Amino acid sequence: MSDFSMSRKLASFVCLIGGAALLIISLIMDASKSGVTYRGAFLVIGIIGMLVGLFIFPTLKYHRTLMNIVFLFPLLFAFLVTVSIPLILGIRYSFTNWDGIRFTKEVGFDNYIKMFQQPSFIWSILITFLFVVVNMIMVNVVAFLLALLCTSKIKGLGFFRASYFLPNLIGGIVLGYIWQFIFANVVTKLTTAISGNRYSMLAETSTAFVAIIIVYVWQYAGYIMLIYITGLNTVPGDVLEAAAIDGTTPIQTLFQIKIPMIAPTITICTFLTLTSAFKQFDVNLALTNGTGSVADFMGAYLTNGTEMLALNIYNTAVIKDNYALGEAKAVLFFIILAAVSILQVRISNSKEVEL
Amino acid sequence: MGRKEKTSTVVIRLIIAIIIAIYVLFPFYLVVINSCKTTNDITSNPIGLNGISFSQLIKNLVDVINNTHFLFWDAFTCSVVITFLSLIFLAVFGGMAGWVICRNNKKKWAMAIYFTFIASMIIPFQVVMLPLIATFRDVGKFVGISMLQSIPGIVFAYCGFGGAMTVFILTGFIKGIPFDLEEAASIDGCAPEQIYFKVIFPLLKPVITTVTILNGMWIWNDYLLPSMMLGQNGRVKTLPVAVQAFVGSYVKEWNMILAAALLAIVPMIVIFLFAQKQIMSGMIEGAVKG
Repeated sequence: MSDFSMSRKLASFVCLIGGAALLIISLIMDASKSGVTYRGAFLVIGIIGMLVGLFIFPTLKYHRTLMNIVFLFPLLFAFLVTVSIPLILGIRYSFTNWDGIRFTKEVGFDNYIKMFQQPSFIWSILITFLFVVVNMIMVNVVAFLLALLCTSKIKGLGFFRASYFLPNLIGGIVLGYIWQFIFANVVTKLTTAISGNRYSMLAETSTAFVAIIIVYVWQYAGYIMLIYITGLNTVPGDVLEAAAIDGTTPIQTLFQIKIPMIAPTITICTFLTLTSAFKQFDVNLALTNGTGSVADFMGAYLTNGTEMLALNIYNTAVIKDNYALGEAKAVLFFIILAAVSILQVRISNSKEVEL
Repeated sequence: MGRKEKTSTVVIRLIIAIIIAIYVLFPFYLVVINSCKTTNDITSNPIGLNGISFSQLIKNLVDVINNTHFLFWDAFTCSVVITFLSLIFLAVFGGMAGWVICRNNKKKWAMAIYFTFIASMIIPFQVVMLPLIATFRDVGKFVGISMLQSIPGIVFAYCGFGGAMTVFILTGFIKGIPFDLEEAASIDGCAPEQIYFKVIFPLLKPVITTVTILNGMWIWNDYLLPSMMLGQNGRVKTLPVAVQAFVGSYVKEWNMILAAALLAIVPMIVIFLFAQKQIMSGMIEGAVKG
């Protein structure tokens, strides 16, 4: 082990030096603003060459350290460029008049003050919270009932589980358009027949809001059901048997044995539905695109009746081309989500201690 | 065990289960039958089977596939390539990073990386998406490889965004692999990297299946990231972006829109039919660990 072959030494040095050379050449080309198109290839090959060189570098003492670096580098580098740097830049940009490319001056908290002066943004926050709460309750209740159904003795359990889960496979955009069709054509036909109301559910703010919840429950309940099924299956059979011998009713078994025993699962599901509802964007975009009129909210007429926070951020920045304001809203969004997550972790930890 | 249940309750339960199944599957039925109709037949009766014909389905599908806003084959190929490459990179690099973190779990730097990854999972995409585009534009200019509107760029982005969850799930699994295995290999003269690739990596198969399913579902269906990075009308675009661009250009031509939806959901459903068990258990594991 102590002797490294000549070829390995040679290969290592060639890779290291060659890689470094390519890297430097590409950086020089970049600095001199020459429009050579292959400088990118040089750079990438240079980095890979240096990594390979490090990896086969003939040393025993530092081999482990070098290997750790090489193993961690790809993912950490991607993480740094796509998450860390944009996050820091984003927070910084939210205090400037950034237009998506550059900024000319610092504006302090102006963006943050401005967004709270927009009734449409306040409205978005309110309906997002309303949506999150209603959705969390609905999805969890429906999913739990489905899980009870799917853990009882009926034929074709596998089929029912799979079909209830099926909507979860489909992306929000496609799903949103499918449901837009259903609300516009099928449901309208039904409401016309029943009550003579010929307007689509999506045309009015309150019913459109209900429509988004219907679609979301339809998509998400099957997934949460699977988690509840896993939880319910961990309830030991002998406990249930003992309860049955003691003569408990099914309702008692449910509330006094099953639900307390799957408390951790309930926490997980609550957390999942909460964060996913906060972040939901695709269904909102495809189903209503945030439209819906509100006659009078804080003295203003709003046209974004069903626009949730995520969509509001997107529209502010990308559609209305106000990047700094959009970024400030996004930072607020991040703070809300972080607070919710920390709260959830706290709650679940304290519950575990009690058990 | 337990008491015997009455036949009537079992039957009632079965009926409830069937009714819910019909409700859940009804939208899929509507997509299929209305893809086989003309617009007029859809407006007159969107639920029934009147006016459906196989030739109309073919006609709708051909129209959609050849549509210049949709460019189905381009979008489909891009989606497949992007998903496939991202999944491979995430599995390989995620496994490597996860193993290094796990085997150095007494060291501060490894724990710092680990907790940074975990903490980053609460960062919503919205807060990074705008500066991300600016960063990628600058990086692209700097290295001379276009990072926006290109497949390498978006694969790189998915490695960055998927990395945290992948490493988190993988470290959880690697922790459970007995250290004796590695010691034995080390005594036999294996270098650390050989230990990883020859001993550890083959053992990761079940957990790699899990992360691949989780990441795959997310990447295949993701809309916001590709729409921001690739744009609506570029040649490189994924299926959800293509569907969005297509619907934007074809207001209320429901037979076309539903045919496009059909094309977009069929690949997923086919995969689901073959790998139902793995997908469902993978989704559960991801949720319970995440």
